[in-house]
Amino acid sequence: MIHASGLRKSFGGFEAVRGIDVDVRPGEAFGFLGPNGAGKSSTMRMIAAVSPVSGGTLRILGMDPATDAQQIKARIGVCPQEDTLDTELTVRDNLVVYGRYFGLPRAEVRERAQELLEFVQLTEKADAMVDDLSGGMKRRLTIARSLINRPDILLLDEPTTGLDPQARHVVWDRLFRLKQQGVTLVLTTHYMDEAEQLTDRLVVMDKGVIVAEGSPLDLIAAHSTREVAELRFPVPTDGGTHEPLAEKVADLAERVEVLPDRLLLYTADGEETVTKVHERGLQPIATLVRRSTLEDVFLRLTGRTLVD
Amino acid sequence: MAHKHTQAETRTQTQATAPRGTIDGALRLLDYWATAYRRTWKGSVVSSFVTPLLYVLAMGVLLGGFVEADPDTLEGATSYLAFVVPGMIAAQSMTLVFGEVTYPVMGMIKWNRTYYAMTAGPLGVEHVILAHLGFVAFRVAVSAAVFLAVVAPFGVHEAWWGVLLAFPVQVLIGLAFAAPIYAFSAGLKSESAFSLVFRLGMIPLFLFSGAFFPVSNLDQPLESLAVITPLWHGVDLTRMLTLGTLELGPALVHVAYLGALVVLGWWWAQRRLQRRMVV
Repeated sequence: MIHASGLRKSFGGFEAVRGIDVDVRPGEAFGFLGPNGAGKSSTMRMIAAVSPVSGGTLRILGMDPATDAQQIKARIGVCPQEDTLDTELTVRDNLVVYGRYFGLPRAEVRERAQELLEFVQLTEKADAMVDDLSGGMKRRLTIARSLINRPDILLLDEPTTGLDPQARHVVWDRLFRLKQQGVTLVLTTHYMDEAEQLTDRLVVMDKGVIVAEGSPLDLIAAHSTREVAELRFPVPTDGGTHEPLAEKVADLAERVEVLPDRLLLYTADGEETVTKVHERGLQPIATLVRRSTLEDVFLRLTGRTLVD
Repeated sequence: MAHKHTQAETRTQTQATAPRGTIDGALRLLDYWATAYRRTWKGSVVSSFVTPLLYVLAMGVLLGGFVEADPDTLEGATSYLAFVVPGMIAAQSMTLVFGEVTYPVMGMIKWNRTYYAMTAGPLGVEHVILAHLGFVAFRVAVSAAVFLAVVAPFGVHEAWWGVLLAFPVQVLIGLAFAAPIYAFSAGLKSESAFSLVFRLGMIPLFLFSGAFFPVSNLDQPLESLAVITPLWHGVDLTRMLTLGTLELGPALVHVAYLGALVVLGWWWAQRRLQRRMVV
């Protein structure tokens, strides 16, 4: 569906994407995970055929965006990070007007709009103005709009950024249904839980390059331990770090990460590790044992957290 | 969608397609502009009816009462009213356009990002420009038609054929301003320049391009300056037509001048919007 090799994007002297290789297969949910500024959105804009490729090869549905941008754009759906809904039109008109851009007959667009409003649970808001919708509803409307041409690939740039937890779950539910229906999803996110929930396969991006690739589970297995023991300590007031504490427990875990307010001990059995920590006379304010997540993978690969 | 909508797909299976050409693409934007216009057309039609009436009464009838009705000093008009009406029609074609391709263009790029939605699908910058300028041309046509009709009872139209021709000329004047100003707006990062465009561009043009007095009243070099402004070409052409004093040579120069502005402005608009949006 999408093939990229050595793909690059630069703006003046700044290289946002520095040679990435990606292949997205039909029917899969593929994710770009990384912090803000990793090059995810630049990559998405190139895939959406609205931003010229600076270097390397990119094929979408077998076509080259440099020459077939309009053909590509007719067959993909785009859900941009910033809403581009027309706030002065009704919910329904937003869908109908947009559908007409694809050369679809008016009656057919109306029919599709009705189905899609139902799908994103906005039927009752059909005649409301977009201005009156909540953030979550707007995002669902944007998703509905991106489906009006029955796209072969749906691109979602940060689909739940800025939404409250409840609204995020509604969006995830709808996207999950699309995935079940066999729609190829490509999404960017800086939320590891979103990547874990929605994607079959993902690449972790940092500073314009891909640092890891695989399914969420494979990535965790390859780059982290089964469990993590989090030990919370007061943030040092003298400008120091928790390095001295980390040295005391270094031998209790496969790996120790030092954060300003806590130590992360990567280990197969978290409870056991916590017990041993207490035996050594260390007294964390709080302890937490959890399974490893993509956040830990990212921390391992880049030495930084996803959300700063 | 495939599985859920199997039933629907058997009823409706048109494939989304890329536009077959610039006009086909622009026509796909018709519903957008029609939907947007449906919310505002009443207000705009009322104002395009009331505004000329007020101007004609104040400037043409009341102020014009102090002006000697001498065809020799009024470029062939038999009354100041007949002189000033074509000027005001042409000037209105210009001022309307200034409003339509400054803030709205910036808004659709920067504030509500409508252009990005339009080009996320199979349409490109060229379709967006043609549709937007097409809408502006439509707006100019409606307001010019209303203006020409409103002033008809005042007996200022000397030649019916000239009035019929004056109508498309207003669209030409409108586009001669619309295309280059659109181009300017399309590349602009901040709206603060617009107030200068209005104060130092539109208002001097409005006042000194021969709409309200013959440019020969200006001293040199101001007269020479006035006759190179696009509005003067529009005013003079419109006036020739409504007064029935058409001279083919000068008329063709006016049309060529205004037409060249449309073509150059359009080319520039394409370039500026492409650079702004496709990065």
